[in-house]
Amino acid sequence: MRPFSYQRATDPDLAVQALSAAAAANNPLTQAAAQPLAGGTTLIDLMKLDVMRPAALVDINPLASGWSAIESKGDGLRLGALAKMSDVAAHTEIQRNYPVIANSLNLAASAQLRNMATLGGNVMQRTRCSYFRDVSYENCNKRNPGSGCAAMDGVNRMHAVLGTSDQCIATYPGDFAQALIALDAMVEITGRSGTRNVPFADLHKAPGSTPDIETTLQPGELISAFSVPGRWPRSVYLKARDRQSYEFALSSAAVALDVQDGTIRDARVALGGVATVPWRAREAEALLKGQKFDDDLAQRVAAAAFADARGRQHNSFKIALGKRVVARALQQAVTMEVRS
Amino acid sequence: MTAAAPEPKANMGQPVPRYDAAAKVTGRATYASDMPLDNPAYAFLVTSAIAKGRIDGFDLDDARGVRGVIDIVTHENAPKLKESKLFSNGGYAGTTIQPLKSADIAHDGEIIAVVIAESYEAAREAANRVKVSYTAVAPSASFDSPGTTTAAAKGQNSQFKEDPEVGDFAKAFDQAEVKLTASYDTPTQHHNPMELFTTSCAWMGDNLVIYEGSQYVYGLKNGVAEQLGIDADKVRVVNPYVGGGFGSRGSMTPRTAIIAGIAKRLNRPIKLVPTRDQGFTIATYRAETRHEIRLGAGRDGKLAALRHEGSEVSSRPDAYCVGGTKTTTRLYACPNVSSLVSIVRADRNTPGFMRSPPEVPYLFALESAMDELAVKLNMDPVELRRINDTTVEPIGGKPYTSRSLMACFDEAAKAFGWSQRSPQPKSMSDGDWLVGYGCAATCYPTQMAPSAARVRLQRDGRTRVEIAGHEIGTGAYTVIAQTASERLGVPLEKVAVFVGDSDLPPAPVAGGSNSTASTCSAVMMVCDQIRQRLFKAVMPGDSLADKAKETVGISQTPSTQAAKSDRPLDLDKAFDALGVGVVEEYGEWKPEGAPLDSFAAMHSGHARLVGGHSMKYKIAYAFGAEFVEVRVDRFTHEIRAPRLVGAFAAGRIMNPRTARSQLMGGLIWGMSSALLEATEIDERNARYVNDNLADYLVPVNADVPGVEVILLSEQDDHINPAGVKGLGELANVGTNAAICNAIYHATGQRIRKLPVRLENIEV
Ligand SMILES: Cc1cc2nc3c(=O)[nH]c(=O)nc-3n(C[C@H](O)[C@H](O)[C@H](O)COP(=O)(O)OP(=O)(O)OC[C@H]3O[C@@H](n4cnc5c(N)ncnc54)[C@H](O)[C@@H]3O)c2cc1C
Ligand code: SF4
Repeated sequence: MRPFSYQRATDPDLAVQALSAAAAANNPLTQAAAQPLAGGTTLIDLMKLDVMRPAALVDINPLASGWSAIESKGDGLRLGALAKMSDVAAHTEIQRNYPVIANSLNLAASAQLRNMATLGGNVMQRTRCSYFRDVSYENCNKRNPGSGCAAMDGVNRMHAVLGTSDQCIATYPGDFAQALIALDAMVEITGRSGTRNVPFADLHKAPGSTPDIETTLQPGELISAFSVPGRWPRSVYLKARDRQSYEFALSSAAVALDVQDGTIRDARVALGGVATVPWRAREAEALLKGQKFDDDLAQRVAAAAFADARGRQHNSFKIALGKRVVARALQQAVTMEVRS
Repeated sequence: MTAAAPEPKANMGQPVPRYDAAAKVTGRATYASDMPLDNPAYAFLVTSAIAKGRIDGFDLDDARGVRGVIDIVTHENAPKLKESKLFSNGGYAGTTIQPLKSADIAHDGEIIAVVIAESYEAAREAANRVKVSYTAVAPSASFDSPGTTTAAAKGQNSQFKEDPEVGDFAKAFDQAEVKLTASYDTPTQHHNPMELFTTSCAWMGDNLVIYEGSQYVYGLKNGVAEQLGIDADKVRVVNPYVGGGFGSRGSMTPRTAIIAGIAKRLNRPIKLVPTRDQGFTIATYRAETRHEIRLGAGRDGKLAALRHEGSEVSSRPDAYCVGGTKTTTRLYACPNVSSLVSIVRADRNTPGFMRSPPEVPYLFALESAMDELAVKLNMDPVELRRINDTTVEPIGGKPYTSRSLMACFDEAAKAFGWSQRSPQPKSMSDGDWLVGYGCAATCYPTQMAPSAARVRLQRDGRTRVEIAGHEIGTGAYTVIAQTASERLGVPLEKVAVFVGDSDLPPAPVAGGSNSTASTCSAVMMVCDQIRQRLFKAVMPGDSLADKAKETVGISQTPSTQAAKSDRPLDLDKAFDALGVGVVEEYGEWKPEGAPLDSFAAMHSGHARLVGGHSMKYKIAYAFGAEFVEVRVDRFTHEIRAPRLVGAFAAGRIMNPRTARSQLMGGLIWGMSSALLEATEIDERNARYVNDNLADYLVPVNADVPGVEVILLSEQDDHINPAGVKGLGELANVGTNAAICNAIYHATGQRIRKLPVRLENIEV
C-alpha cells in the first residue's frame, strides 16, 4: 500500500469538493487521485494489492445519516447508497415485495462483508480477474491501458462470455446490480451541480476499447441513492457457484415476472457472473411477454439470452450453464407463491 | 459426553479439553510472529514475475526514496550462504533452489529481493516500487508442456528405492475374467495454513534466535546453522504454537537463513511477514499427479492383477516424489502386482509434503478404480473390499500388526444408512437434487521416530514435561500432559508441558503422523524412569523394574494382580528416602527397528522414521472407511456433500476429543480436495494464478452441514509402547474417491479428475 491522505466528509458538498479537487482532467474515475471510501471491502483490498493507488481517500461514511435510508412507499423503493447490504437484505418489505433484491444481497459475499459493505460500494466493486488483481502481470488493459489482456488466453474460467471485447473479458462480479438492472432502477448521482438521476442500465460501460473506463460516473460524483419503480413480489435471484456460500457467481439470473391469469404481462431477466457489466437480456424478455409459461418457452428464452455469447478456453461451460440457470430461475419465479 | 467429546471406548483415554484451549480462545497463545522483539526492522519480499530466465537489472531509486527504507538486498549484495542439501539427501531443505544467489530465475515467485525498513508498511511500499527488468525464457509449466523431462523415480530419489511388484502381473491381467484400465488426475494444491510463512531472527552476539512456525525445530535449527556456517548450538528455534502446518513447515525453506544473514549484517532483529500469495511460491506444495490403474479380477471379485503407474511433477533440480504405490500395492490381497512411479521435471518450485502426501493422490486412483470394478462386477463396493481384505500384505508377505478395515466399513455403513442405497446410478433424488452415495477405504502408515524427553516431578506432584515437539493444532500439549498424568498418577492440572523450542530435548518432525506415537512413547519411558527411581528409594531390595511396571502409579492404588501386595507409593516417603526435592529424568526412546545412528541423527535434526511398510517383519497402518452423500443439482449441476461419515481404527486413542477433531478436519479437507481445491497454473508462463484465499477455494461452514466421526476400539501391542497409530493424516485420504464414487452413483458419470467442478457434470 502507498501512503494516502484520509479525510472524513461530513456533508455531501464537502465530499464532492474533496473528490473534484483532486480530479485531473482525462483521468478515468478508477485512476482518480481521490477515491470515496465506503465500507472499504473492495477499495482497501485493491490498495493493498497496489492495483489502486489513490493519493487521497474521502471517507463518506459520515453521510450515512442522510444516505442510508430504506424507503418503501407502496409503489416504489428508494435505497440510500450508504445502506448496508445486510440491512437491506433483512428488510421485511424488501423481502416481500422485492425478493430478487433481498436474495441478490443475501447470497453475496459473507455475513461479515455484508455488514460492512454499502450498496453504492457494491455496485462500484471491480472485477475479480486474477490478472487485474496481480500487478506483477504487465498486460492488463483495464489496469494498464494498451498493455494487452493476460486473461484472454490465460486462466479464464471465471471470465465473461457476454459483452466482452478483444481488449477485456473481465466479469462484472456483483449480484445486487443484476436485480437493479432487471427492475429498471434509477441511480441518483450527486455532483458539483447537484443531483441527477440516470437509469442504472446507463451506469456501467462495456469494456470495448477502453476497459479502464468502467462507469459513466465522473470524478467528483457520488452515488447517493437508488430507486426502483413498482413492486416485484414475483421475483427470484438464482446463483450457481462453486461452494454453498461466500463465493461469486459462475452464473446467476435475476428474474422478475408479472403474471396475470397465467399470462406473462411483464418480464425482466438479468444475468450475473457471465457478462462484463450488469446484463439485461432484453431479447429474452421479449419472448416472454404475452405468453403462457412452459418448459419449451423457458428453453427458448434461455437460448435467446445467450445467443451472442462467446466462450474462451476455460469458460465456455458458462453458456450452457447460464441457459439452465435462466430456465430454472424462470420456473422458480412462475411457481413461487406470492402473497398479494 | 457431547459429540465433541465422545465417550471413550476400550483402549481410549479421556476426552479431556485441550491443554491450550483457554489460551487459544482468548488470544493468549503466542505464535512466532507475536514474539516481542527489541527494536526490530521489517522485511518484505520481492518475488519474481517470471518462472525462467534471468534478471537484467533492478531500478531501486524509487524504492530507496521511501521514507524508512534501510536496505534492499538482491543477489548482488545478499549475504553469502552455504548450500543446503535436500532433506531426503541428508540435508534439511525442502528445495535446493537457493534464491538471491545469482541473477538466474528457476521458478515463478522466487525471492529476488528483500526490502528492509523501519516499518512493515514502508517495506511493503518500497517493495511495490522496486522495478525489475528480466530476460524471460519460455518455461515448462506441467505435464503437457514442451521441455519437461521424465524419468523413473527409482534411482533418483533416495527415499523411493523400488517399484513394488510381486507375481506376474502381465500374465494374470491377460487372463483375468474382468478387467479395468482407467486414468486419474489430481491437481496442484497448496497448504494455505492460517499462519503465514513468517520468520523473525534476532542475534545476541553469536547466538541466533529464530521465531518461526515450524514442524521441526531441530531440523530448522541445524539447517540454518549449516547455511550460516555456524555451530548448531548457537541457534535456537522457538514456536510454542504453530498456526497450522500440514507439511508446509516440515522442511527448511530458503527464507530463514536469508533473513538471519541480513539480521546479522544489520545487527538488528528482523521480522519478515510474507503475503498469502508469496506463500504459494516460497514454500512447498502438493504437486499434480497422473495415474493409470489396471485391475484384473475373477467374477467372484477376487483381485488377480493390479498395476499402478503414477507420475508426479517436480522442480528441475530436485527429484521430489511421494510414490504412493508403496501403499496402494499392499492394501488388498492380490497375488500379481506391478507398479511404476515417474517424475516429470518442470520449471516449478520444489513440491513437498502435504497432509498424507502419498496416500491422497494414489488412493484416490485405487479407490476410484475399486468402485469402478465393483460396478463391472455388479457387486456392492463394500463387499468387494471384504472379498479382498487381507491380514498379510502381498508384496513382502508381512502381516499387518492390526487391521480393522472391514470393521470400519461395517460401522460406518450402519451409521450412514448404506443399506438404504439403491445401487443403480441415477436412481435416487430429492427435489432438484440427484442424490448419490459413495464409499472408499482410507489408510495411513503408522510411523514412529526416535524422541527424547525430560520430566521433572516435584514432591507436591507438580510435573514438568519438556520435549521439542510441536503444537500444530493437533493437540500435542494435551496428549503429552495426559500421558505424564496417567503414567505418574498425578492430576492432569499439575502437569505443565513445554514444546516448540529447540533448546528442549529433541523430538522428531511433526510429520508423517508420528508425533503422538513418538513423543508419548518417550514421555512414558521417562516417567517410568522416575517411577523406578522412587521405587528403588523405598524398596531397595525388590525387583524394581517389575514393580514399577506393574504398579499403576504413584499415590494410586495398584490394580493388577501382580501389584496387589504393594501399597501405593507414598511420594513424601520416596522423596525423603531419596533426600531430594525434585526428581528429574531425561531419556531417549527409539522405536524397534530404528537404525543405529538414530540418536545421533535425532540431535542433528534428522528424524529416522520407521514404520508403515518399511519394517522388517510386519507392516503397520491405521485404517478407516468413509461414506458420503453427494447431491448434484439437476439444473445448475452444483455439487454438494451434505453428509460425511467416517469410522476409524488407529490403535490406542489418547484423547477421543482431539482425535475426533483431527479426523473431522480430515474429512472436511478431503471433501475440499475432491470438490474445491486446486491451484491454477497459467500454462504459458508457469505461474500460479489463484494464489489467494478468495480464489483458492476451501469449504465454508455452509458446505459441511453433517460430519460424523466414529472411533473404533483397537488394541495393537506390536507398534510402540504407547500403542498409538497416527491419525492426523488418516481421514483426508479416502474422501476424494468416496465423493467421486458418490457422484457416479448420483449421475451415472465417472469423473477421474480432481477437483470435480460443476462444468464436469453432464446430466
Ligand atoms: C472475499 C469477497 C467475496 C465477495 N463476494 C461477493 C459476492 O458473492 N457478490 C457480490 O456482489 N459481492 C461480493 N463481494 C464484493 C463486496 O460485495 C463489495 O466489496 C462491497 O459491496 C463493496 O462495498 P463497500 O461499501 O465496501 O465499497 P468500498 O470498498 O468502500 O468501495 C468500492 C468502490 O466504490 C467506490 N464507492 C463507494 N461508495 C461509493 C459511492 N457512494 N459513490 C461512488 N463510488 C463509491 C469506492 O471509491 C471504491 O472504488 C465480495 C468481496 C470479497 C472481499
Ligand atoms: S480480462 Fe480485463 S481485467 Fe482481466 S487481464 Fe484482461 S484486460 Fe485485464
